[in-house]
Amino acid sequence: IRRMEDVWPMLRMAFVVLVLLIMLPAMFGLSLGITEAYMKILIKTLEWATLKIQKNSEEKKTLKPSSSNGLIQRDDSSLEKEIVELRRNRPRPVEGGDFALSDVFYFSRRGVESIMEDEVTHRFSSEELASWNLLTRTNNNFHYISLRLTILWGVGVCIRYGILLPLRVTLAAIGISWLVVGTTGVGFLPSCRLKDWLSELVHVMCYRICARGLSATIHYHNRENKPKKGGICVANHTSPIDVVILANDGGYAMVGQVHGGLMGVIQRAMVRACPHIWFERAEMKDRHLVTKRLRDHVNDKNKLPILIFPEGTCINNTSVMMFKKGSFEIGGTIYPVAIKYDPQFGDAFWNSGKYNMVSYLLRMMTSWAIVCNVWYLPPMTQQEGEDAVQFANRVKSAIAHQGGLVDLSWDGGLKRAKVKDTFRQEQQKIYSHMLVRDDSSD
Amino acid sequence: MGSRASSLLREEDIEEIKKETGFSHSQITRLYSRFHSLDKGENGALSREDFQRIPELAINPLGDRIINAFFPEGEDQVNFRGFMRTLAHFRPVEDNEKNKDPNSGEPLNSRNNKLLFAFRLYDLDRDDKISRDELLQVLRMMVGVNISDEQLGSIADRTIQEADTNGDMSISFSEFIKVLEKVDVEQKMSIRFLH
Repeated sequence: IRRMEDVWPMLRMAFVVLVLLIMLPAMFGLSLGITEAYMKILIKTLEWATLKIQKNSEEKKTLKPSSSNGLIQRDDSSLEKEIVELRRNRPRPVEGGDFALSDVFYFSRRGVESIMEDEVTHRFSSEELASWNLLTRTNNNFHYISLRLTILWGVGVCIRYGILLPLRVTLAAIGISWLVVGTTGVGFLPSCRLKDWLSELVHVMCYRICARGLSATIHYHNRENKPKKGGICVANHTSPIDVVILANDGGYAMVGQVHGGLMGVIQRAMVRACPHIWFERAEMKDRHLVTKRLRDHVNDKNKLPILIFPEGTCINNTSVMMFKKGSFEIGGTIYPVAIKYDPQFGDAFWNSGKYNMVSYLLRMMTSWAIVCNVWYLPPMTQQEGEDAVQFANRVKSAIAHQGGLVDLSWDGGLKRAKVKDTFRQEQQKIYSHMLVRDDSSD
Repeated sequence: MGSRASSLLREEDIEEIKKETGFSHSQITRLYSRFHSLDKGENGALSREDFQRIPELAINPLGDRIINAFFPEGEDQVNFRGFMRTLAHFRPVEDNEKNKDPNSGEPLNSRNNKLLFAFRLYDLDRDDKISRDELLQVLRMMVGVNISDEQLGSIADRTIQEADTNGDMSISFSEFIKVLEKVDVEQKMSIRFLH
């Protein structure tokens, strides 16, 4: 007869064994296949769930509007073209400017179109899924389907919160402590080849453990284009986890602001082992200082490539927004990287307005898994006659194209800030030219 | 496990909105999702700030006038019904609608009502007349700083002169309709849905 007291130590033993089985191979870049088996079971289950939902909606003939399609038809005809068409049936006035009461139709239609659907606002909230993946958090448009599905969801909750969460938290804790201890230890060595090698090893091990801690499955493509020393790696930004994803495959020098608390401890430890670039808050305002420090780092060909996210903020992984030109003024070779998460298994986007870091990490650790693709693109350099902004846009297009993301020119800063007046002024200028021509010839 | 956003919108409400505006069931639910995502305060109504958060609308020279069209006189919150009622002006005019129930009154997306929407963009004080002053203010919104006061003034004068038939130096709604009778209002003031 087994009693609770007997069962508990056995469970604990099983837990420790599981942690070791996942962690140790990960540290050496090997795999026992536990995560792979888990993923296979997960995929089969989600496929079954999807079929159930589809069958159900067919039976009930409920038309679930697919949110991934656009709502309204939008043509990109220019201001001038449309207003000329509006004025078509009207004789042009001889003098005194060319205005028609119908001009206002263009602006009002465009305005109402943007109220119904716009390109920007939805980039700052999580992508809607086409079919439910058995997580309550993505359950925005799905109704009660069947008892079996509900039970499956319930089982899912137990597994995710009861088994996966403790497992993952343990792995993450081990990973981070190892990072702090390991880098501090390596820091005692004098500067030499051995130190650099050990430092990279320690960093990569830690990131691998953390990746296992998120059940992350990462597919790297085109690894021959991996960023080299003395280069600058730029990538689209979706979440703080991007760092773990990229650093799993190689060493990078991180760039960021100095934090207090646990983050601060980690930062100080990391920088003992190899050079990372941490800025004080006040220093970040001084663009020349920032550029100089980055340039100095990049010019030292022995230092690891720096990792920068030029969008400046987290976007929801359906689009790439404006790249700030600062990273592209440093000089040096740019190694673009595109990161695309598969939303079916877990939403990686960090909506910093809605969740703080801790709730975000908790959500990550109670998702099914993180699955993503990383594409290394061929290196790019600034060309003759190209300024930093054009160069930034060129790199952005390449990343968007590779990752299957929408290429937007809007500033990611619109998440919090208002749009600049200059854009409105541009439109006013174009319209004014239609009213009053500067030249008298016509 | 119900859904969150659309459970706040009952079937009866959808039916009523369908009758009043002519939008289809799926269009109404999609637009309700949109309404909900714009409603940052989650209080079931939109304020002017909620609209101004849309970048494409914020850079529209007539953005503020368009936003104003959603808010009835003196109010600064608009609920979903009001939201849909205003959006309904931009529904395309379908042929099979023209012979519907004659007692239901003029549909919100009739040519007349589309013109009324545009008229109200100019009529700042809602007195059913476009005065020279109002026309000047709206023109100024559209051109920014690029045209001088004198030039803008003469443009306004000429426009009123062309439209004004009863000599009161302002444009009434019927005069407005007359000036625009040759313009394809139905096409230019309509937004097509993809499904």
